[in-house]
Amino acid sequence: MTDGMTLTEKILARASDKKNLSPGDVVFASVDKVMMHDVSGPGVIKVFSEWEKKGLKMERIWDPDRVWVTEDHFVPATDRVSADNIIALSNFTKKFGIKKHFKYGLGQYGICHTLSHEEAMVLPGELYVGGDSHTNTTGAMGAFAAGLGHTDVAYILMNGKIWFRVPETMLFKIEGKKPDYIMAKDMILKIIGDIGTDGANYKAMQFEGNAVKNLTMEERLTLTNMTTEAGAKNGIIEPDETTFAYIRERTDADYSPAHADLGAEYSEVFTYEIEKLEPTVAKPFSPGNITVARELQGTELDKAYIGSCTGAKLEDLREAAKILRGKQVKIRTEVLPAAQSIYIKALKEGLIAIFMEAGAVVGPPTCGACCGAHMGVLGKGEVCISTTNRNFPGRMGHVESQTYLASPMVVAASALTGKVTDPRDVTRN
Amino acid sequence: MNKTLKGRVHKYDRNNIDTDVIIPGPYLKIHDHKELAKHAMEGIDPKFPEKVSEGDFLVAGNNFGCGSSREHAPIALSQTGIKAILAPSFARIFYRNAVDGGYLLPIEVDEQTFKKISDRDQLEINLEKNLITNLTKGEQYKMKPFPELIAKIVEAGGLMNFRPGTV
Repeated sequence: MTDGMTLTEKILARASDKKNLSPGDVVFASVDKVMMHDVSGPGVIKVFSEWEKKGLKMERIWDPDRVWVTEDHFVPATDRVSADNIIALSNFTKKFGIKKHFKYGLGQYGICHTLSHEEAMVLPGELYVGGDSHTNTTGAMGAFAAGLGHTDVAYILMNGKIWFRVPETMLFKIEGKKPDYIMAKDMILKIIGDIGTDGANYKAMQFEGNAVKNLTMEERLTLTNMTTEAGAKNGIIEPDETTFAYIRERTDADYSPAHADLGAEYSEVFTYEIEKLEPTVAKPFSPGNITVARELQGTELDKAYIGSCTGAKLEDLREAAKILRGKQVKIRTEVLPAAQSIYIKALKEGLIAIFMEAGAVVGPPTCGACCGAHMGVLGKGEVCISTTNRNFPGRMGHVESQTYLASPMVVAASALTGKVTDPRDVTRN
Repeated sequence: MNKTLKGRVHKYDRNNIDTDVIIPGPYLKIHDHKELAKHAMEGIDPKFPEKVSEGDFLVAGNNFGCGSSREHAPIALSQTGIKAILAPSFARIFYRNAVDGGYLLPIEVDEQTFKKISDRDQLEINLEKNLITNLTKGEQYKMKPFPELIAKIVEAGGLMNFRPGTV
């Protein structure tokens, strides 16, 4: 028994009706929101059909208003199989009365983890799970947010609850004034490099410190997004005025933010001085295989990719555009805004014209080539620098292709030179 | 479920075998389990599905199954015939997908045991005694017992076999 609970423990305790929880406890927690997409959704549908074969009547789900659905991985439909999946998903949401289904070509749509914040689908203090590993992203809004597979999502659709082992919380304090050309992506790559891709397995990663306080909401989301790459169950940040203001712009829904107790215990505490950070790159084939961008200068590239829930939010696009404005890319460059609303904002701000005049191709919101699905996948031997989150063998295409992971600034600078480039080494127009 | 498993080992001596190599992204749109099996481990060993016989084991290094939440990963492996994976550690979503979906058993073994087991060894795993017998080498190892809830779900053959609210 500890003197107090961490933010993650507080949310899990509230959701499982417990006064106190400690790491290692196993609970069945009530879910506030659950998400599935065009990859996990068809898996859920398959589980439902197996239940039907066993004689269960699948006529209603636990709470259609707490379920939301996106089309993001294989969209616009890449072939007949993905088109059929999307039809099946539409039939499912219609049958069970799920109203929040973001469909491409029908207004707002985009990558699930982008919609979660852009549309304020999840609120501080909530317990949110999704059928996708990067569900961790949304923890930046002060929620418990964790990824699960489709069997767990199907179970939740019927029962509204799921089991969790209460995770230990690792605390990452990031202090100091952020230098120019450093983004949250550099911070999280540095942390993953330090603790390793299994450094936070089964644990919560919480971020605090004045450098985190000073980050915008979108930048905070980059931190929690890549906690998945360290194996974390969830990433989380205490909600504050930045969080509340961001939500106010998007919804007037009520919510009850949770906060850590004063006596909360953390399994480990790490402290970082952000002034010491340099633009950072993860080399193939692991997000933990990091070095500074200048160490790699001269590394030849074939392609630059600015996309995904990690690296195609509005501010990501703004930072990339500042570097690309009025210049020409030297290598194939692709820009895919993470959601329709972000695409529209980027268009109105003139960012899309900057990208296109620089020579880049701009695509529709989709998970696309981040997971090697479509729309810019890599061929044999191709070398890419990308704002995405993973670079395992074959992640973005051929198993012999290579991906370097970096911030939108580093990727944009590299697009201009055709080589891995520190953004401090190119001039802005 | 069967308390004793017997089969041959397919060993991949590397850490962080991730879901992108277990079942690459382009196959995520596929939900036919038999079709997925044809691509199991394609990123490491495209011949893997042909090598496996029903009841075999996969032995791998730390953090097996890291990366994506795709349930396609344990599904593809189990459909090739793999009944259990032995590794010093597992990534969390892969672990819970394997158990909750009732596809195969993620069995934690210590580093020493991992090193002692070789490719092609015949193993017998006794789940009641948490004991692994290497029939090829005449050795015995301990497996880490499943935590209480996991043992219950394993026993039932997956989360779906519980009536809602009873677990």
